[in-house]
Amino acid sequence: MSTILGIPVAVILGQLTLGLVNGSFYALLSLGLAVIFGLMGVVNFAHGAFYTLGAFAALLGLQYLGINYWVALLAAPLAVGLLGVLVERLLLRHLYGLDPLYGLLLTFGLALIVEGSLHQVFGASGQSYPVPESLAGVLNLHFMFLPLYRAWVILASVVVCFSTWFVIERTRLGATLRAATENAPLLQAFGVNVPLLVAATYGGGVALAALAGVLASPVVLVNSHMGTELVIVVFAVVVIGGMGSILGAIVSGLVLGVVEGFTKVLYPEASNIVVFVIMALVLILRPAGLFGRE
Amino acid sequence: MTLSRWTIALGAATLMAASPHAARAADSVVIGDIDDMSGVYADVEGAAGAEVINMAIADFGGTVLGRKITVLTADHQNKPDIGASKFREWADQQGLNLLLGGSNTGVNIAMAKVAAAKKVPFIVIGAGGASLTNEDCTAYSVHYVYDTTALANGTATAMVNAGNKTWFYLTADYAFGTQLQNAASKVVETRGGKNLGAVRVPLGAADFSSFLLQAQASGAQVLGLANAGTDFSNSLKAANEFGVTRTMKPAALLAFITDIHSLGLKTAQGLYLTTAWYWDLNDETRAFAKRFFAKVNRQPTMDQAGVYSAVLTYLKAVKAAGTTDSDKVMAQLKKDKINDMFTQGGYIRADGAMIHDMYVMQVKTPQESKYPWDYYRVVRKMSGAEAFGPITGLCPLAPK
Repeated sequence: MSTILGIPVAVILGQLTLGLVNGSFYALLSLGLAVIFGLMGVVNFAHGAFYTLGAFAALLGLQYLGINYWVALLAAPLAVGLLGVLVERLLLRHLYGLDPLYGLLLTFGLALIVEGSLHQVFGASGQSYPVPESLAGVLNLHFMFLPLYRAWVILASVVVCFSTWFVIERTRLGATLRAATENAPLLQAFGVNVPLLVAATYGGGVALAALAGVLASPVVLVNSHMGTELVIVVFAVVVIGGMGSILGAIVSGLVLGVVEGFTKVLYPEASNIVVFVIMALVLILRPAGLFGRE
Repeated sequence: MTLSRWTIALGAATLMAASPHAARAADSVVIGDIDDMSGVYADVEGAAGAEVINMAIADFGGTVLGRKITVLTADHQNKPDIGASKFREWADQQGLNLLLGGSNTGVNIAMAKVAAAKKVPFIVIGAGGASLTNEDCTAYSVHYVYDTTALANGTATAMVNAGNKTWFYLTADYAFGTQLQNAASKVVETRGGKNLGAVRVPLGAADFSSFLLQAQASGAQVLGLANAGTDFSNSLKAANEFGVTRTMKPAALLAFITDIHSLGLKTAQGLYLTTAWYWDLNDETRAFAKRFFAKVNRQPTMDQAGVYSAVLTYLKAVKAAGTTDSDKVMAQLKKDKINDMFTQGGYIRADGAMIHDMYVMQVKTPQESKYPWDYYRVVRKMSGAEAFGPITGLCPLAPK
């Protein structure tokens, strides 16, 4: 078997693929964070909690209402996104113009409340969400067997990420959104309902987190703390990509997933800190992040 | 003015949280329980474990030596410093008479040091590390439910004897995982098997697929899962999804019934595991399980059953010794046989290990399971001596 640096090519390809799967989750989550930070200046510490809520919405929808996976893929982000709009209208709105620290504290508190409540009701050990029948098979990639579902995660994530990027950077709606961050009063003078736009932005970012939660639910056990650890990594991803940079979030999400994957082979013990080491290096060498503007 | 109102409310809440759980009546017997109440191991024992303490006290009659019995609980959040400082605080300020140590070997090693310094009897329930009765043993520690030696002797022996000779481990990268892997490796070697390698996985990893493919590439027959809780469930789930279980047999070196419930029988079927207790063993265990279920809406884990037994055992020893003096109670504890719904003929050895029967189980298939929580088939009952092995001599209290 041919090798590169002493590692069989099949292993390298396998880890590359798995890295892309994990990177897909990072990309989706960091994208939502970047949208919310870039357009609203809010550091959304509740992102992990909304991810968890997305997974629970899918799980409870299936258990109590018989909503299948494909419907949940739309319905759960929609429901959680609406909750996000409520949070923005009732709570976050009052903190604009203050130090960003207030928004950070508010969302952090929200995250603790959501996770604590879910823990109280559902316990710690989690529940299984079945892989949908149509994606239950396995793909033979010759260098590895990839569960069809994981391939679907990569596909779905890449499509959603780049559509979001396209909407924000290349359409009129996106231009209006960006204008709202540049100069809200002026945009309002043109007759655009800026508060609505801001609420929708937060809802949208949160819906992306919930979508990641639904995508993750057949892969991991759905439990109250599934988002807690993940969101810390995702924050590091966003910092590496450049706070607020949409493209930076997507690309660094995918790349860091792959880097982490290789660390798992070369030095598994370090796989949970490699992202933070890279973050520290980026902060020293290029403080605005890889894709951020100084 | 809203701000000041909020400030006052917040201040009041903080004060309430800071006030002690229960003011100590000068003459009450105080039992403390420090466990993971909110993290990955919270369902294994957790708040339901605290509920069980109250059940045991009520069954004992509510008082001992004519004194009231008070219960204190705290969440160690899987942090050794929090567990140790809470223990110290209770020993200094609350007149603590007994501490029950919940999950997490790391936290329990830290708390054992406090037990020795403060001379407070300390019964470890949920932690697995056998070092607690070896290099980390103290004169006041008891290791009650299970340890890594017993788990390995149960599951690894059963698997090797069934012809599964070559092993690769997926190991949680902390004290417990390492001890469990070492114990299993020893069993595999002495039984003529071979250890092909291990990958150390950080605690709470989000994804196990990379590690699993490494395990599969080793060509070993057995995938030894030296991890616990959510890590165990998520790694087994991924092993199924990636077809690793088609070429390797998974061995659960530690699994609780709550883990099997989370995974479902479709994923967990056929799995070998070792447990100290199962709710469906006999009429006594079923009776306890029924009472527990009525309160918690789950079947009890071996740890929760162990808490019940440990509290009763302690109270009986206090009654027999006629005092709560730590040294006299410890001497009494090591004298008595333990006979209750948790175990028959159990006893506490000089090194602190509670020696009792253990069960090697196999998880039933969905077809075999006839009623809710009907999950295990008893493969073999191991005597306490066989499960926990001889005294190693590593604990200075118990020379070989």
